[in-house]
Amino acid sequence: MARLRYQQALAQALRDEMTRDASVVVIGEDVRQALRGVSKGLCEEFGPDRVLDTPISEQAFTGFATGAALAGFRPVVEFQIPALLYVAFEQIVDQAQKLPLMTGGQARVPVTYLIPGSGARRGLAAQHSDSPYSFLVHAGVKTAVPATAADAYGLFVSAIRDDDPVALFAPAAALPVRDDCPEPLQPVPLGRGRVHREGTDVTVVAVGHLVHDALELAEELAAEASVEVFDPRTVLPFDWRGLFASLEKTGRLVVYDDANRSCGLGAEIVATACEEIRLEATPRRVTRADAPVPFSVPLEEAVLPSKELLAHAVRTVLTKGEMP
Amino acid sequence: MTASATPESLYRTMRTIRRFEEIVVELVNANEIAGVTHESIGQEAVAAGVCAALRPTDIITSTHRGHGHVIAKGVHPKDMMAELLARSTGTNKGRGGSMHIADLSLGIYGANGIVAAGTPIAAGAAWASLHRNDQIVTVAFFGDGALNQGVLHETMNLAAVWRLPLVFVCENNGYAVTTASSNSTAGDPVTRAAAYGMPASAVDGMDVHAVLHAASTAVAEARSGAGPSFLECRTYRFVGHHTAERVMKLTYRSTEEVELWQARDPLTLAAASLDEDVVKAIDREVEELLASAVDYARAEPEPDPAEALDHVYASGMRPRSGAAAR
Repeated sequence: MARLRYQQALAQALRDEMTRDASVVVIGEDVRQALRGVSKGLCEEFGPDRVLDTPISEQAFTGFATGAALAGFRPVVEFQIPALLYVAFEQIVDQAQKLPLMTGGQARVPVTYLIPGSGARRGLAAQHSDSPYSFLVHAGVKTAVPATAADAYGLFVSAIRDDDPVALFAPAAALPVRDDCPEPLQPVPLGRGRVHREGTDVTVVAVGHLVHDALELAEELAAEASVEVFDPRTVLPFDWRGLFASLEKTGRLVVYDDANRSCGLGAEIVATACEEIRLEATPRRVTRADAPVPFSVPLEEAVLPSKELLAHAVRTVLTKGEMP
Repeated sequence: MTASATPESLYRTMRTIRRFEEIVVELVNANEIAGVTHESIGQEAVAAGVCAALRPTDIITSTHRGHGHVIAKGVHPKDMMAELLARSTGTNKGRGGSMHIADLSLGIYGANGIVAAGTPIAAGAAWASLHRNDQIVTVAFFGDGALNQGVLHETMNLAAVWRLPLVFVCENNGYAVTTASSNSTAGDPVTRAAAYGMPASAVDGMDVHAVLHAASTAVAEARSGAGPSFLECRTYRFVGHHTAERVMKLTYRSTEEVELWQARDPLTLAAASLDEDVVKAIDREVEELLASAVDYARAEPEPDPAEALDHVYASGMRPRSGAAAR
């Protein structure tokens, strides 16, 4: 076992895939200088032909990656901030994502969209703090939100090797996380969740950095409840089978998610669980508010999901949430 | 002119496009083709001239008005007709239709339903050629409406900075749907492109030989490593923006204006340099080709609704259906 930091794991995944496969190239703003840390040293190692600094033209370089992918490359496109996905949205959801269907199966678009630093980071305000993965899930784009270094490595590798567009959100709050990783590091398949802590009373589905919060809370509540922490790891494809197995055991569900509430990932998880599983208590969601993140740190904290709100939701489903 | 292009072949391509689209209009009006299609009738010299400057391995991206580009780049009309009739053996297996015709094996990276959206895709394909040094050239077709899309300008800048083997071909038919260029486009297209530091010129888009000559120069420069260039082809569509326009009683252009351009019909201009007998023979040949294309397409099977979720993911992953939870 090696102890790796999340961000190092991402960098290692990219380096390993570029070494293994000459068709893997990195495209984005300031990737040669590795402003986000993930592409550090790659230009020196693989040359500027495989590490492309782009103009600040998100639509163009996103479409560019699609064209390069159609021509046989496996581009990794880095978006410095999650809101840049909005600028490039048409090229992702209307071009790259739809091309396999529109061409009747001719096109493969093996592009990875890497968002290193999603979510709020204390004081970066409304345009630098979103967790917009629900948008991509809604549009059918495969999307991973790893919580640990080992999963960051494994899911990034799988995303690059996948024949479809895959978005990988690396939550800012998870980047400093260190954990034990297997040696050698292993790919993690898309669509397989992970039970971080087993429990029998309630399933907490936590996404990305919130997994660590959920684990802390499970420990704190250990005397009063047995909390299972389920991390989907990829939000599309979603490991419904894994979630249902957990819910068959616990019968109670709380979703803990940093996406906005309305039509967010949490809504989808709760709806699907209710359609498929006879729950013992009304499920709850703890999500981000349907609001932009304000600049003031206390205000920021007030719109984000928190461990306190999660604790309240867990206690609610355990004590008075019985389904009629 | 490339070795394979002759006055006869250029006329044959244009005649094929013209008659293909006239037949498509009939089939749309007869409800045999669903939805609407966008015809390039009047603009055939651009598709025929530019694609005659290309090799089979070269790449194009096209537009919502793309039937002509696709035919000129080498798709057999029967395969596109089968697609327009939504047959499972069409170019796109009945999943694409008129606005999304693609044949990657022929270097056709797709018509596109969003104005200018194919241009960065063309840039990526051109970069791949540069990276591999395989001498392939990419052409991005777009209309004058695309001149006001930011993504085209982002792409022109990027192509110029990276010296991509990419030719930007602007088919200027004077109208972005119903809005005249004079009401929507400031300055001059050629000047705009030249500002990115690439060779830019305008050509008579009704004269297939002039288009071929200009395109050959641009393509040769791109192939030699000289980088991108921009070609404005001044042309006109003789028909509506799409098939539904004929019943909409629109007034954005006058009959006189249409007739003025029809007097310079690119097919008539191209036929003028050929013997009458040759023209008649080509016309007959094209009629037979297209009649058999329609017969073929009509006889082909429709896609099976049970396969509606096929091809959504290249990896074979199945999307969720609208009723099943998992």
